[in-house]
Amino acid sequence: MHKVKSVTAMAVLLGAGLALGACTTESTTKDVMKHPYKEVWSGYSTATPETRAMQDDDFANPYMPYVDAAAELWDTPAGEAKKSCADCHGAPDDAKGGSMGIPMKGVGAKYPAYDPESHGPINVELRIQKCQTDHQKAKPFKYESDELLGMTGLVVMQSRGMKRETKAAEQSDPLYPAWLQGKAFYYQRRGQLDLACKHCHEDNAAILVRAELLSQGQSNGFPTYRLKWQKPGSLHRRFRGCNNNIRSEPYAYGSDEYLALETYLAWRGRGLPIEGPSVRK
Amino acid sequence: MKHKKIISAVVGAAVAGTIGFGAHANEMVKYEVVDGTIPQSLTGVAGDVANGKKVAINRKKGNCLACHTMPIPEEQFHGLTGPSLEGVAERMNEAELRMRLVDPKVVAYDTMMPSFYRTGQHRVLKDFEGKTILEAQEIEDVIAYLRTLK
Ligand code: HEC
Ligand code: HEC
Repeated sequence: MHKVKSVTAMAVLLGAGLALGACTTESTTKDVMKHPYKEVWSGYSTATPETRAMQDDDFANPYMPYVDAAAELWDTPAGEAKKSCADCHGAPDDAKGGSMGIPMKGVGAKYPAYDPESHGPINVELRIQKCQTDHQKAKPFKYESDELLGMTGLVVMQSRGMKRETKAAEQSDPLYPAWLQGKAFYYQRRGQLDLACKHCHEDNAAILVRAELLSQGQSNGFPTYRLKWQKPGSLHRRFRGCNNNIRSEPYAYGSDEYLALETYLAWRGRGLPIEGPSVRK
Repeated sequence: MKHKKIISAVVGAAVAGTIGFGAHANEMVKYEVVDGTIPQSLTGVAGDVANGKKVAINRKKGNCLACHTMPIPEEQFHGLTGPSLEGVAERMNEAELRMRLVDPKVVAYDTMMPSFYRTGQHRVLKDFEGKTILEAQEIEDVIAYLRTLK
């Protein structure tokens, strides 16, 4: 038992690319779970006054038309089952969560959750797709389609202001293996520029790279409307962008690799208020 | 006692050049690391200061301004993640600068600075696979430019 534990702890540290001497199991595990930041802050802090003002006012937030369109789809029966989201969950802001008793409030704060079917993390996008396939018997919206972005925005919005929570870093949590995998990803150098996430978002947060002020690269603002994209985008689109920028082959939307990274990132940002859909430059 | 290490040459794949970036998959030049420096020129051809400055500025090549302040006031937005390169020629000699550019991880394990003359990084974008960020002569040109920063 003791042995198993310390082996896992070793794996964690190796995953993080750290050299490790002889440590006791206790302190090793604690070191691993130690928070990487003294203070956790949102990308909102380093956003421009213009994008902040847009985010602060739902009437100015360019994401909202997509959410409005999704609100209509929410009430529209679909698929062979001819059921709407509302048939099962009530209104998006129904605190009781409709006939199934599953409210949308809180989803954005506690996802990615554990999916017993895939034995791994499931994020809001994939959960929506799963409801479409399993319960509506419908063809799911494509990842990164306007429909799925709108619906994700609508769902996540119900958790605005709630604090990000996760237990994924605890060995007893079923998301722990994904947390480990995500952590290894975060600290691994990649691409022709040979950079890890941590070089920009941990070592250099709040510092300028050319004209860009680096944030901690937190996920609490997602989904987000990016002015550069002229469109809403998912967290996985951001991951792909950050990978591409350092000339690294990106992974697919909804891939295991990005789901693990999303799980780990949620832990790095625990306690941050959910802002999605946010606005960024 | 001098620590010597030969980095073997890597033969890259054929040049595709669809995007037209500088990095070509020519055979890489062999070089020798001596005490954390590279004393020998990669090409034996003297560096061109003017081209070195251009390569340093070019976002698809050196892009040094992403991370460093440099005495190039005509360019806006100098990054601050690395040290200022003003006066760098007084702090570092040619052999040290060459090491810094070719593969800085040899002297600074955890550095953010890319290795401008190396291949084999993890999951490189297909278009850049087997290619170095800068060509050997471009490295020499940038060094020649940096040597003027007194
Ligand atoms: C070369 C530097 C660099 C690297 C490496 C990098 N990023 Fe980023 N990232 C940026 C910049 C620049 C932005 C836009 C400004 C900001 O929010 O930091 C950004 C933004 C983000 C955001 C959006 C934050 C917000 O609040 O809008 C997330 C999330 C993110 N990065 C995650 C990652 C992850 C995960 C990795 C590794 C797979 C990574 N980044 C690697 C430069 C980088
Ligand atoms: C992505 C960031 C980044 C880029 C791009 C970059 N550097 Fe650096 N550079 C750094 C960092 C960080 C350091 C210093 C600390 C260290 O070793 O980690 C550094 C250190 C140096 C040093 C040593 C300076 C001293 O006073 O010790 C030189 C010289 C240098 N860089 C030149 C260049 C040149 C020339 C280019 C472009 C061809 C370049 N760098 C591109 C991040 C970068």
